[in-house]
Amino acid sequence: MSTKTLVAAQGELGHDHHESHSVFGFWLYMMTDCFLFASLFATFAVLGHQFAGGPTAKDLFDIPGVALETALLLLSSITYGFAMIGAYQRKSGTVLKWLALTFLLGVGFLVLEMQEFAHLIHEGAGPQRSAFFSAFFTLVGTHGLHVTIGLIWMAVLMVQVMQKPNLTQREITRLTCLSLFWHFLDIVWICVFSFVYLASVI
Amino acid sequence: MAQTHTTQVEEGHGSPRGYVIGFALSVILTVAAFGLVIGGYLSPSASLIAITVLAIVQILVHLVYFLHMGLASSQQRWDSLSLAYSALCILILVIGTVWVMHNVAMNMMAR
Repeated sequence: MSTKTLVAAQGELGHDHHESHSVFGFWLYMMTDCFLFASLFATFAVLGHQFAGGPTAKDLFDIPGVALETALLLLSSITYGFAMIGAYQRKSGTVLKWLALTFLLGVGFLVLEMQEFAHLIHEGAGPQRSAFFSAFFTLVGTHGLHVTIGLIWMAVLMVQVMQKPNLTQREITRLTCLSLFWHFLDIVWICVFSFVYLASVI
Repeated sequence: MAQTHTTQVEEGHGSPRGYVIGFALSVILTVAAFGLVIGGYLSPSASLIAITVLAIVQILVHLVYFLHMGLASSQQRWDSLSLAYSALCILILVIGTVWVMHNVAMNMMAR
């Protein structure tokens, strides 16, 4: 009886039911990461007007620069998508090519973000200037930290794909988890550019 | 077998076409949000509502075309259910925080 149930369950989830559990487990971790970002967004929403007499968002935010960062992150989402399509076709060359492009776009995003942070700190608007900038640097910095970890993870996976170019289910599962993570960071960035940057300069 | 595998790729993992459609939609939505604010076409409160609507639509676009959310398979339903529960808790967390702290500001800081 229990064997039958197990077979039925395997049939429903497909041949890779064990792997899909790993992906679902990673999905649940990302849901907890949503809560982390939700609390930082709530903090920013509360402190969003507390400038302590210092510079305001309107004085310092560079909206065209943010648009460029957004463009890089959006592009990196679709290039990662093409890497996954290559992975399901077991074409390691395609995977590596698109992952490399995704990696470069991610690095470009981080460089722009670091330049923006450096500019703000140079203007005397570091995290210690006001509650607004504390909340801003914590929220946007946490997103940037996630992107950094995603890039390290991507570099590790690229080495693994190079070492095992025939792409077993294990490599596919790892690539799938990073795909969820990378697309999820893009969704967080939608909220960042909408509610942190655009909403602050209206 | 090969046939089954192809179908699974199309359903669960997306196709080039799906990614391109999703990307085109998000570019339109992003440009709309930035254009609204840079151009200053609407009043501040109307802009905020417009940005919020555009952001919610774009999140849905990303969930469907990039994260392949749906209700077709058992796995997709579990993903969607956990996301729906998280979304509910996050709404309570964010709206609750903003509401409570707004009342604190109104009542305690003599504005």
